[in-house]
Amino acid sequence: MNVSSTTISEPAFGETLLSAQGLHLSFGLTHALRGIDFEIAHGERVAIMGPSGSGKSTLLHVLAGVLTPDEGEVRYGKTVVSGLGEADRARLRLSDFGFVFQFGQLIPDLSAIDNVSIPLLLAGMSRKRALGQARAWLDQLRVADHASKLPTQLSGGQAQCVAIARALVTAPKVLFADEPTGALDSLVAESVMETLTDVTHANRTTLVIVTHDARTASYTDREIVVRDGRVSSGYTDRQPARR
Amino acid sequence: MDSTLTMLGLLGRSPSHGYDLKSAYDRLFAAARPIAYGQVYSALSRLTRDDFAVLTAEEAGQGPDRKRYEITDKGRDRLRSWLFTPDAPVPGLQSNVYAKTMISLVLGDDAVHLLEIQKSEHLDKMRDITRRKRDADVATLLLCDHALFHIEADLRFIDLTMSRLTELKREALS
Repeated sequence: MNVSSTTISEPAFGETLLSAQGLHLSFGLTHALRGIDFEIAHGERVAIMGPSGSGKSTLLHVLAGVLTPDEGEVRYGKTVVSGLGEADRARLRLSDFGFVFQFGQLIPDLSAIDNVSIPLLLAGMSRKRALGQARAWLDQLRVADHASKLPTQLSGGQAQCVAIARALVTAPKVLFADEPTGALDSLVAESVMETLTDVTHANRTTLVIVTHDARTASYTDREIVVRDGRVSSGYTDRQPARR
Repeated sequence: MDSTLTMLGLLGRSPSHGYDLKSAYDRLFAAARPIAYGQVYSALSRLTRDDFAVLTAEEAGQGPDRKRYEITDKGRDRLRSWLFTPDAPVPGLQSNVYAKTMISLVLGDDAVHLLEIQKSEHLDKMRDITRRKRDADVATLLLCDHALFHIEADLRFIDLTMSRLTELKREALS
């Protein structure tokens, strides 16, 4: 299902895919990140946890190349993401990364299937092929029956599954999710997490989730806890889960 | 809550008489239900038997309050191992985590680290249970959910304790 060539030579499953070394980032007088180090293995599912204001969402944005750190570096394979210019980082995000947010952020005037096919159409794929691939992803996310519905006609859980399908339709190597179940009730949240972890595992997609919720984190292989802009002391020596 | 090791923790602060230990214990851990003298002395007797504490002075007069105890190196090792080994997530765990947190504050040790490793232990347990829920029948699902709610309650307690460490330290040292 890949629509573009990836920018890296892919590390073997279980080898380090994404790493943070000595990350510092300040916004004015606020030190959001104060020296963050860790590694995430290819195919791993990791939860970044921490209290409000701990710097976990900022860390996600730095890992994904949306923000650049003041000090330190983010490596994706052999690429130093934090050393790339804005245009190269945008290309990398398009080709290799997918994003899911707390509120699906679907385009309200488009049906579920059109929302999912958008990234493929933007990449130049024919409409017929794009719709075929979008339907296959909706099927994997167990929402194919709702393909023609508008976002307002979907439940919260269904909308989030459509958003996940849209994030995965370009076959990203890494899926970043910021509080993906934050707006859902607990049973729906569990179902979304089960689907999300199944689908990313089946497609060998590395999953990085920011969450404050322990139940959501329990679907991942391990957690990295951030406190006051640092990896919390109980986690500094934890290694990636090599599967 | 392990009252013998909690007592050892209080002894880790400075050599003490049984009476001092009872006062400190009651102030930090047993406001509603003071510990009996008998329990204090049976704890001290276990600690001395296991070489975690020694009797350093015995003043003239009657009664156990004349005896002064001191923690040994072996006792300090046992204390650290207790403090920094997370407890298995089981019902009633809070009191032990609370006791360990207070003792680490009294001794100026790393309470945040203690709570973080406990939290990590809980999250690992949650992962096990979440995996068990896969393809389980409804009865098993409900049992797993019940266990998960208890672990979540512990985690909230740990988070809340962590956010109150500064005030707690002030009380522990007052």
